[in-house]
Amino acid sequence: MVKAIESCVHCGFCLAVCPTYNVLGEEMDSPRGRIYLMKSVLEGKIEQEDAQPYIDRCLGCTACVPACPSGVQYGELLIGYRGQSEAQRNRPLLDRVQRTMIRETLPYPDRFRLAAQAGRIGSLFEQALPEQMRAMIGLLPQQLPPAQPMPEIYPAKGPRRACVAFLSGCVQTVLAPDINHATLRVLAENGVETIIPRGQGCCGSMMMHIGETPLAQQLARKNLDVFPTDVDAIVTNAAGCGSGMHEYGLLFAHDPAEEQARAFAERVQDVTVFLDSLGFRPPQPLPQPMKVIYQDACHLLHAQGIQAPPRRLLGSVPNLTLLELNDGGLCCGSAGTYNLEQPEIAGELGRRKAERIIRLGADAVVSGNIGCLTQIRTHLEAKNQAIPLYHTIQLLDLAYHGAI
Amino acid sequence: MNEQKRLSVIKTPFLDALREIYPADRLLAGSVQALAYESDALTAFNARPQAVVLPETPDEVIETVRLCSREQIPFVARGSGTSLSGGSLPVAEGIVIALNRLNRIKRIDAETRVAVVEPGVINLDISRAAEPYGLYYAPDPSSQSICTIGGNLAFNSGGAHCLKYGMTSNHILGMTVVLADGEVVTLGSASLEGVGVGPDLVGLFVGSEGLFGIALEITVRLLPKPERYCTVMAAYDDLGTAGDAVAQVVASGLLPGAMEIMDRLAIKAAEAAVHAGYPPDAAAIVIVELEGETRQVDEEFKALQAVIQASGARHIHIAKDADERARIWKGRKSAFSAVGRLSPDYIVQDGVVPRGHLGHALTEINRLSREYGLEVANVFHAGDGNLHPLILFDGNQAGALERAEALAGEILRMCVALGGSITGEHGVGMEKKAYMTTMFNETDMDTMKAIRMQMDPGLIANRGKMFPGD
Ligand SMILES: Cc1cc2nc3c(=O)[nH]c(=O)nc-3n(C[C@H](O)[C@H](O)[C@H](O)COP(=O)(O)OP(=O)(O)OC[C@H]3O[C@@H](n4cnc5c(N)ncnc54)[C@H](O)[C@@H]3O)c2cc1C
Ligand code: SF4
Ligand code: SF4
Repeated sequence: MVKAIESCVHCGFCLAVCPTYNVLGEEMDSPRGRIYLMKSVLEGKIEQEDAQPYIDRCLGCTACVPACPSGVQYGELLIGYRGQSEAQRNRPLLDRVQRTMIRETLPYPDRFRLAAQAGRIGSLFEQALPEQMRAMIGLLPQQLPPAQPMPEIYPAKGPRRACVAFLSGCVQTVLAPDINHATLRVLAENGVETIIPRGQGCCGSMMMHIGETPLAQQLARKNLDVFPTDVDAIVTNAAGCGSGMHEYGLLFAHDPAEEQARAFAERVQDVTVFLDSLGFRPPQPLPQPMKVIYQDACHLLHAQGIQAPPRRLLGSVPNLTLLELNDGGLCCGSAGTYNLEQPEIAGELGRRKAERIIRLGADAVVSGNIGCLTQIRTHLEAKNQAIPLYHTIQLLDLAYHGAI
Repeated sequence: MNEQKRLSVIKTPFLDALREIYPADRLLAGSVQALAYESDALTAFNARPQAVVLPETPDEVIETVRLCSREQIPFVARGSGTSLSGGSLPVAEGIVIALNRLNRIKRIDAETRVAVVEPGVINLDISRAAEPYGLYYAPDPSSQSICTIGGNLAFNSGGAHCLKYGMTSNHILGMTVVLADGEVVTLGSASLEGVGVGPDLVGLFVGSEGLFGIALEITVRLLPKPERYCTVMAAYDDLGTAGDAVAQVVASGLLPGAMEIMDRLAIKAAEAAVHAGYPPDAAAIVIVELEGETRQVDEEFKALQAVIQASGARHIHIAKDADERARIWKGRKSAFSAVGRLSPDYIVQDGVVPRGHLGHALTEINRLSREYGLEVANVFHAGDGNLHPLILFDGNQAGALERAEALAGEILRMCVALGGSITGEHGVGMEKKAYMTTMFNETDMDTMKAIRMQMDPGLIANRGKMFPGD
């Protein structure tokens, strides 16, 4: 943390890309301001409690990291700081209840499924609930899709070109099980055999993100144990999980498992990156020309620097035209649990994103993260826009099967 | 009770009056909030204001200034706080008026090539908005992705491409300002044709460093985008030779769009930050950019190539496409901040020397750097003779800041002795006010002070800046 703080030269270059600064225009809600506040808390100049609202408002989108010429590792600073301050802070009751719900349900698909169903019932009483809780419920789909169990192995189509292990994730399995199955099919189309290790669970990155470090470690440790080491890659289709698993080394710093965690992290690849480097086999042409907006997920673009591979895959589909939002990959406001914890700013960012999408006009919106898809859908629907949304892999899957 | 709540009960007549103008979320009076605003990009200075206000309309700014004038409370206007001279450093007994929410582009007139903007608009956003019309706003400070037009105006900011087109003052046609005593005046004109009638009050206000009042609405000139760019990167084995090469290009009569120098340390830092593709083993590079109509650029390129080849360049490279050009400039524009990778602290100087003396000045800086035992990185607008030595030091070491400041002082005095100036574009602010009398005699100083007293008899606008002893 000290290193990150010391390398900040207070130049302000990061302000331009920060979503909360864009919305609020005040220094405390900028990366430069937050670094300064964290520094002052660590130096004992101000109370942690007084700085906390501004740290809480950070999306953790890490757009400020690639924007910083001085190489400040803001993401590491934030995770370290949140881990340290969470242990010491005194949250109000409602916050604590909500956090407990997040901690106890999101990482566990079965529990989350139950909670989500209960949430829908809760929506009958939505008006009577506090704002934070309403935000939580508002994001749940009207109806949960049926659970679709994953196989243990999904074979390659034709000769095998590679073999990967797949992280099936947590929230996404419940909200959109189809994305995982589409991933298996697209990998198979490209001659990839996929192993889905039994006993795996949530990758823990969301918990790492909100400062629940011990729980994050506990979740991650399980995956370190069950994932094989003799595969070509550990593949994920969730931006947040990919970036989180790349941080396993940091999560286990000074832990006996550090070496193992680092080796694991090195094998992790987003599915689009894996396919792109393997040599992607383009699907058949779409029956009709289609204009598609690719929305960068923060945890792909900013946290992992993944910009070209998904665009190349989509661009290789005949009859598909990619449109660019040209907003510098500004966060849509989803950011993990952010739209649960900071509904106002999340809502404003979601509205802005929806407006840009509508102005540009497209036949579909594609993104590499379920959180972004949910957030954008909510805000498009609020404007009565029925533009279909897909995960990158879903669209590719539909293209292979001529189903679009 | 947390701080927000504690504060809402603090009462002073002045704060109460501010509460009449601003709702609670736009009147920041907490110590954490004041702390966030305590410095600009020069953190060697800091001061916590009584309060920070976030106006959303020009009227709120006017009301605030009138209140300050009535109560004789000092105020400091702030854009993005990227000043490198302590220009937007708060005054402890005063308030900061942060203009970031006044960021509307009110009008772009493609026909007359002007844009009317609020002061908190980011420099680069003007060019982005003008792009569909094939136009752009020319002055391009390295901080253009975040600095505001209000800050640019106050500092008469420059940039790499100001060599050909001039500094901010050449691109501001008119403005509405609220003076420190609360009077609202319109200076200049809304069109190119109106320029040049009567005394140049726009010229007086541009570069006044926030000491006269606050610009509320600004009319800027837009230029058509050049048809063609040709970006040349020449590598040298010696910094002085690179400086002489620039003088030779100037002497040849060519007028490039930009001409910049980066030395070994600056190259190393920028390369680590953006992978611009600079030659890693060069002692210095000169970046020269020709721009204009294709035929003219092609012809100028031949002439340029001859000069550079004769100047002792070890290697010449020409950007092959728009992407490479963008990378070369991104590296150059990131260089100051990137030096943060090499050293925990640095100060940037901004002196100017006549271009014929560039080689000599650079050799002298090198010598001083060795004498003081402090590393100096150089990255600067060579075509203008505007040096930017970055003096690296470690603030944790006792006496290091003082040694760095002493070295900076020697460099500035050298600039003045060579017939140059103490600042090319970063302003006097807090940092260089002690050097004003090195450059100006008593009569000059008295005249400047007299003008200021006319605008701001109570010295409430940006008090304590620019004039020594204030
Ligand atoms: C990495 C880096 C690179 C830089 N490169 C360059 C460069 O190439 N060229 C260059 O010239 N500068 C450069 N600068 C300096 C700085 O960016 C400029 O001085 C810029 O104009 C400041 O704009 P700002 O919005 O940050 O203003 P601030 O720093 O907030 O304010 C600067 C001054 O303007 C006054 N002010 C602000 N708004 C108004 C207003 N509306 N009316 C009246 N006064 C106002 C303030 O009171 C203050 O005195 C650089 C800075 C950094 C950190
Ligand atoms: S860009 Fe980097 S060095 Fe500059 S203020 Fe932001 S974090 Fe600090
Ligand atoms: S992580 Fe995102 S929201 Fe947080 S400071 Fe950086 S850019 Fe801003």
